Amino acid sequence: MIANILVYGTVNGMVLMLSALGFSLVFGLSGIANFAHGGLYIFAGYLTWMLLNYLGFPFLLAIAISLIIVGVCGAVIYRVIILPIRGITFSEVIATYGVLVSILEFFRWMGFITYEFNLPPFLQGGIEIAGITLDYQRLFIVIVGLALLFSIWFFTHYTQLGLSLRAIAQEEFTALSLGIDSNWAATISMALGGILAAAAAITLLPLGIIHVNLGYDVLLISLVVTVLGGMESIPGLVVASLLLGFAQVFVSTFLGTHWVEVVYLSAIIVILAIKPSGLFGKFQELEERV
Amino acid sequence: MKEELILKLDHLSKHFGGVKAVDDVSFELRDGESLGIIGPNGSGKTTLVNLITGFLKPSAGQIFYRSKEVTNVRPNKRVQLGIVRTFQMVKPFYNLAAYKNIVIPLYSPRVKRLKGGKYGDRDDAAIDFLEEVGFERDSSVLYKTAGTLPHGYLKRLELARCLALQPDLLILDELYSGMSMSEVASTLPLIERIKDEGMTLIMVEHRLRELFRVVDRVIVLNFGNKIAEGNPIEVTGTEEVKKAYIGSGGE
Amino acid sequence: MVQAGYRRERLDRGIKARSDEVFLISSYREILYTLGPWIVPILLLIVFPLFRKVIGIYWVNVSVIVCIMALLAISWVFLASVGLMSLGQAFFFGVGSYIAGFFGNNYNWSPLFTIPLSTFGGAALCALILLPVLRLRGVYFGLITFALPLLLMRIIEATKILGGTEGLSGFAPFPNILIEYYLVIAVLLVFILGFRWVFDTDYGLVLRGIRDNDRAILAAGMSVTWFKTQAIFLAALPGTFAGALLTHHYQFVGIPSFSMEFSLLPLASAIVGGPGTFAGATVGAFILVPLSEILRRFGTLRMVIYAILLTICAVGLPEGIFHYIERKYHQFERLVPIDVEKGGK
Repeated sequence: MIANILVYGTVNGMVLMLSALGFSLVFGLSGIANFAHGGLYIFAGYLTWMLLNYLGFPFLLAIAISLIIVGVCGAVIYRVIILPIRGITFSEVIATYGVLVSILEFFRWMGFITYEFNLPPFLQGGIEIAGITLDYQRLFIVIVGLALLFSIWFFTHYTQLGLSLRAIAQEEFTALSLGIDSNWAATISMALGGILAAAAAITLLPLGIIHVNLGYDVLLISLVVTVLGGMESIPGLVVASLLLGFAQVFVSTFLGTHWVEVVYLSAIIVILAIKPSGLFGKFQELEERV
Repeated sequence: MKEELILKLDHLSKHFGGVKAVDDVSFELRDGESLGIIGPNGSGKTTLVNLITGFLKPSAGQIFYRSKEVTNVRPNKRVQLGIVRTFQMVKPFYNLAAYKNIVIPLYSPRVKRLKGGKYGDRDDAAIDFLEEVGFERDSSVLYKTAGTLPHGYLKRLELARCLALQPDLLILDELYSGMSMSEVASTLPLIERIKDEGMTLIMVEHRLRELFRVVDRVIVLNFGNKIAEGNPIEVTGTEEVKKAYIGSGGE
Repeated sequence: MVQAGYRRERLDRGIKARSDEVFLISSYREILYTLGPWIVPILLLIVFPLFRKVIGIYWVNVSVIVCIMALLAISWVFLASVGLMSLGQAFFFGVGSYIAGFFGNNYNWSPLFTIPLSTFGGAALCALILLPVLRLRGVYFGLITFALPLLLMRIIEATKILGGTEGLSGFAPFPNILIEYYLVIAVLLVFILGFRWVFDTDYGLVLRGIRDNDRAILAAGMSVTWFKTQAIFLAALPGTFAGALLTHHYQFVGIPSFSMEFSLLPLASAIVGGPGTFAGATVGAFILVPLSEILRRFGTLRMVIYAILLTICAVGLPEGIFHYIERKYHQFERLVPIDVEKGGK
């Protein structure tokens, strides 16, 4: 029982974290709330599917191509759509929301909704951990999640590029005066966000079929997790994901699966009431923004 | 002029992580007094103003306004008590006409209360206040969008905004910064008049000559600490204050 | 360096200058010029259903939907004017729908009672629910309003309350489609004129000030959060009304009451029609919704088109269709030769 909760709680937490990683990173590094994140996620899924099934590419090649293409898409979205209205939060949100809906409803219209639209798991089969049977894919989710987390941490703390991005995120004026171009930094951030969205899609979609509504789900998860954890914090993201992941398992074990959705809503309500900036949130409330 | 204690700061501190922006500052201010706060850049002057006006919560210490503790009172509530301030980085309501910028504070509950209930025509009253700070009554400038006005006008707009709120304690945060010599020269008599009419005043300033014409007393901050307090001429004559200012361009 | 020979100049039309301020009443032509753009559409709207035998009852039904979307659109504009970006108008709509549905289903109240209750009670409920978000930065409001309808849909589905996936039905209907139609037109006009009036007052000035510079509002001694709460209440009113009305129109309320269509279409109407004005948002709705009906056979592709249109307008055409028409009405353009010798100004 306990082992079950621990294992599945962790897996769930990692699922949430992977879903939200792209969105959270972009916001943390460039201040852009990229609603199109959900669209990029599903786009990556269908793209990979088409590469595998229409073009017959080998698995690793398809993954590599997807990651690159979706990454480029992220950058293109920034350059074409966000850049002209950069800084006008209003228009940024509306525009990325428009992109989200365009992409998702387009795929819905194309009718890609049958059981044959699925991505293969990395490895068939499963292993036993503490008496629990865990399929390999779920194990991979945890591994990939941790690997990406570590890579991002390393990237933003130890590489030239990553440090510049962090600098801009923390203090744009100073960074600009040091010659770091904030537009280029935001482009890179959005590209990374795209890559992370694609990586999440490739790792998570094998759990079920590719469905358009998952795009909205992913965005919803991203929002809930980042509100809970604090918008500009990676540790917050991790903690919030695990908390919600465990909460989901508890609720479905003891109350029944259909109460799980209530968990998200309750989490938002509670955190907004107690600590609105999120568990690890750094910014202050309205009155303290002098 | 009553001798009432208007403002009292008791061991006030504000830390940002490891940085002590304001460190154990205390002082008192009586009704009708005018106090200058000076110090080199980064000494914590504006942080102190933010603490007094409620835009920042202190890490330690207390603030008393007319014997009532206001340490945790929200900034808008402090305005309603009569504590009004200007902002060093002037930001008007950019998209509204200049005179409309003054109409908004006139809508404030404080003004309504002081006027005993209903307020008449705020547009007229707004123009009255703008006249007080030196704008021509029928100048077209008043109807221009605030975002298009030059910096000096915005500073005067800021002052009019404060006067409209009929403050009991007026805090001017670097009012003269960014003003040309002639703008300063035309603003100074206005400040002198406000002070002569009995306003309790705190002025954070770098332009010491103009400041000393108005204030009775001065506090010097350095690295968040109060290093001196007293008569302006005496205080700026001390070695410690001179050392604090060397290299930072004080007069 | 390129020497331009001509520049484009925009001037107000003569009749516009003559109709400004008190000179308006000097002649019938000026009055007609100013009031015409209002009177003509209103007359058309009033007369429209009387020809339903010719046009078809279908289009009268469509016009009710148009007004519903217009109500949601002006609700959006109100919030936007205070600096609150709502991505979930469906939230207000759904709350209004379900309150009407609850009382209509359980107590069989007629629309006469459910609609006012849903409108005002629903708006208060919405303001209460959104209260925690108001203390935070602008983008949070967009996030939460986006999430709320989705979450509520799933919760209703999962917990099966309020009818679950089946929804609620069997309400007292309107006696007559005409009553419904004229009611919604009247309410729409009341809200358009009412909201415009609000923003003309000093109260409305404070609301606009919040969008511009909330720190200055605080410094003027007013609580930004309290004003925003009031703004949400006022803005929610057309939304909850629309929801309640549609519940009785279709005699059904269910999970689709929170669907994205009720968030997307009003948003698109407002942005495409003319961001920032109530009349513009209404014009947008009057264009997009009938278009939606005509394009019905394209199914979900319509949503794609709206979303793309929305993005294009948000990025490239900030003026919107309404402002374009308005500008053409009030101004004319001409090419004026640039006098290079005198300094080219």
